[in-house]
Amino acid sequence: MAKRPGTEPPEEEVLKKNKGREDDERAGLGRREFVKLAGTASVAVGVLASGDLLKAEPLPQEAPDAAITKLVGPGAVKMTLKINGKAQVLVAEPRVTLLDALRDHIYLTGAKKVCDRGTCGACTVIINGAAMYSCSVLAIDVAERPGSPAASIETIESLAPEGKLHPVSQAFVDNDASQCGFCTPGFVMSAKAYIDKHPHPTYEQVKASLGGNLCRCGTYMGVRHAVVEAAGKMAAGKGGNA
Amino acid sequence: MADYKWPSVEKRSLIGKRISKLDSPWKSSGTAVYAFDVHRPNMLYGRMVLSPHAHAKITNIDTSVAEKMPGVKAVDIIGDVGVGKEVLWAGKEIVAVAAETDDQARDAARAVKIDYEVMPYLVADTTPDKATGYTQQLNEQTQGDADAGFAQADAIVEGFYGIPVITHCCLESHGSAAEWDGDKLTVWASTQSVTGLTQEYSQSLTAKGMPVTPANVRILTPVMGGGFGSKFQADTWGISAAVLAKKAGRAVKMMLDRDQELMVAGARPSLYAKVKVGAKKDGTMTAWQSESWGTSGPSGGANANLPYVMQVNLPYKRKHTAVHTNTGPARAWRAPNHPQFALVTMAAFEDLAAKLNMDPVQFLLKNLQYAGERNRGFGTKDYEQELAKASELMDWQKKWHPRGDKTPGNIKRGVGVSLHTWGGGANNSSCNITIHPDGSVELNMATQDLGVGTRTSVGIVAAETLGLPLEAITVNIGDSNLPPAGGSGGSTTIGGVSSATRLAATAALNKLLDAAAASLGTSADKLEAVGGNIRVIGDPSKSITWKQACAKLGVTAISETAQTPRPNTPERALTSVNVGGVQMAEVSVDIETGVVKMEKFVAVQDCGLIIDLKTAESQVYGAMIMGVCYALYEEKVMDQQTGKMLNADMEFYKLAGIGDIGELVVYMMQGPGYDDRGVIGLGEPPTVSPGAAISNAVANAIGVRVPTLPLTPDKVLAALGKGGMA
Repeated sequence: MAKRPGTEPPEEEVLKKNKGREDDERAGLGRREFVKLAGTASVAVGVLASGDLLKAEPLPQEAPDAAITKLVGPGAVKMTLKINGKAQVLVAEPRVTLLDALRDHIYLTGAKKVCDRGTCGACTVIINGAAMYSCSVLAIDVAERPGSPAASIETIESLAPEGKLHPVSQAFVDNDASQCGFCTPGFVMSAKAYIDKHPHPTYEQVKASLGGNLCRCGTYMGVRHAVVEAAGKMAAGKGGNA
Repeated sequence: MADYKWPSVEKRSLIGKRISKLDSPWKSSGTAVYAFDVHRPNMLYGRMVLSPHAHAKITNIDTSVAEKMPGVKAVDIIGDVGVGKEVLWAGKEIVAVAAETDDQARDAARAVKIDYEVMPYLVADTTPDKATGYTQQLNEQTQGDADAGFAQADAIVEGFYGIPVITHCCLESHGSAAEWDGDKLTVWASTQSVTGLTQEYSQSLTAKGMPVTPANVRILTPVMGGGFGSKFQADTWGISAAVLAKKAGRAVKMMLDRDQELMVAGARPSLYAKVKVGAKKDGTMTAWQSESWGTSGPSGGANANLPYVMQVNLPYKRKHTAVHTNTGPARAWRAPNHPQFALVTMAAFEDLAAKLNMDPVQFLLKNLQYAGERNRGFGTKDYEQELAKASELMDWQKKWHPRGDKTPGNIKRGVGVSLHTWGGGANNSSCNITIHPDGSVELNMATQDLGVGTRTSVGIVAAETLGLPLEAITVNIGDSNLPPAGGSGGSTTIGGVSSATRLAATAALNKLLDAAAASLGTSADKLEAVGGNIRVIGDPSKSITWKQACAKLGVTAISETAQTPRPNTPERALTSVNVGGVQMAEVSVDIETGVVKMEKFVAVQDCGLIIDLKTAESQVYGAMIMGVCYALYEEKVMDQQTGKMLNADMEFYKLAGIGDIGELVVYMMQGPGYDDRGVIGLGEPPTVSPGAAISNAVANAIGVRVPTLPLTPDKVLAALGKGGMA
């Protein structure tokens, strides 16, 4: 069973992102201090996923030196996210995931919290064009930083700004591709991200591309039809608000 | 006067058509607000402390550190535990805390110190002989003379079959948000029983010293993220959220974490059985014998009703042992026990057919007399028709082959069949239909919609009855302040809510016809509501619009409330019981890797009169997919060493993905003999057969039985090691 939504493996994206941060923005923040941050921040998937850091032991407390002045947390900090084209300022602890930031701080509850461990895809959002599990990204990692703009985050709320359904959402309605509906926003976002890059998906490609989203009620037949139908309508410039 | 009976097929404008669900747009645009999504002003987040031990006595609970943690506003020791009491499974909730943020609540929960005296436990789902002290032997049950039956048999097979415990794994975990306003409590609950919870909250909170009357409890469930039988109760965490909210004077939301959801919030009992079954050369069965066991958690367990379906006048003897384990207790899971019974029975039947070198469809046809009559006066014609239809859709005659696919190569294909039944019935619901003078129509009923289309179906019934489009009905459900409705379990919802709606809408319409009669120069009994008009029966030119008719009401709305008709009344014929179906699976199995792949899966299903064909088909598709999940992937893996569940996450508690299900075909039995039975529920029946059909297909492909579900590669290879096509 594939474990990723959309087109890009999110795990790799997260690792890449963390690696880049270690090399660039946090230059001056040494390995020892970074480990201390990771240790303080409790369970933070995005940070701890960075390879051999997992093996490092937290160090005993010592007096802060100049480098540590760049540390943030563990208390709440101000961060600016770019959500659906708008800057959103929130105050949250660095350990807060993007999913929790969306749901509990910005009150965008379309993305759902289900597995909270990067398996089920119910929390899928689109970050810089790629479908990602928002439960496995720290909000602070996609926030604005000096010299680096905030990542562009699209949530399902962006798809029906004036209440008119996006063609993907409409196709989910028409093909009865939701039952309880708790997985549905994740599926819709994965599907949108996929169609954005592959405007003419086949039935077989849909099965492969949405392997990173799980449904419990069993709506996969409707989802397959919905995604192919939505892509067809979008390519023809019809249906919904696209 | 309008008649309450369901309209005949040529008069149906909405019933039986494929209609999209009213709430799908909310769900597919992310605007649906589930309990998990609720935000109230100043709301706190609740988290729980869980027992790490499968069996232990609590000797001390120290919450003093947790109480002083940042953001903590309230702490509650959960109702059914406390110092001196025992916990009977790992993951049992003991203390709940509420804090300003979810993470602060987690931190505080970690800071609660609980001391335990660890006690002996059994978590392994083992044979009764290895579970001394944890078993309850139930009485042997017999019918006829099984020994004589076996003496008459030309062929006898003995086999072992089983299904492990699986969990419900609702995607919206169990939980709620609770808020007090003086002595009134509002709970946003993810529940299958909106009305029922008002009583439970009242009783449990009163017992906790926070008295509240049922009338002062309001349950809100506009949508909910899956229940499957596991969400009928408020549960300790629901009550605790209300307690925390009372203590803190603020709203509290407490939803289970995923590991908790999988450990404690729903388990389907296991069933294992040693079976002996005999038949004559022509396939006619002569006797059944089974010795079965299984676990429902720390208590409970009922006799296994084996053989499944085909037991009328078949001599049998059977005995069952309940194994009590220190695991999260069982909850109802779609068609409680039927999937397990079906697997054990249909697998044994298929093994016997194989021994007789008989096509299993022929074997089932030969033995239908044992299935009894599902549909009064219909004999066994329903199963015959369904087997024929499924065979046609599967191309069974071409695809079935004697055991073991003899074609060269690693990939072996096979087909399997199973059949099932379910009673269903009608829950007790009340529906109010209000017709306003401006022509607008409201439907008011407390019932919940689990995602299966209840909201849409009652809307369709009201619209059909009133001769209006579906959009003309404002459907208000999911609120306990509305007329009460039964819980959604056992496939009883649609029968209950559709009949109540039909009666209420008919009564309301008749009031409107009374009001409109004079202006049409006739009496109400000569009028009908069709296509948005009130018109004279047989003379459509004499007609006024719905709005014009409603304007005759002056300032007084029509408000009619009706209940699900009581049994043994003429109106009860709006709904009935006993549906069934046949499923056929086609799989391919790689005998080098042991991987089973779904190729095609056919379901032929009866559910009486269908209200919305689109959502009815979706229910069957969904059941088949859940069936693929438990046939191939799902198992709650318990570790006897630590007493814990090893796969309490969705990485290792596996569900099928969109590419794992093959091609699904659903065919609903409709027409004479089916429609005229009234409306019958559909949630349970199609979930029964998948495990059996898929297991049989694998046996047909590889030439040997894989005894237990899930049919994972290791088990397939182990079975092949003992024979078959390897």
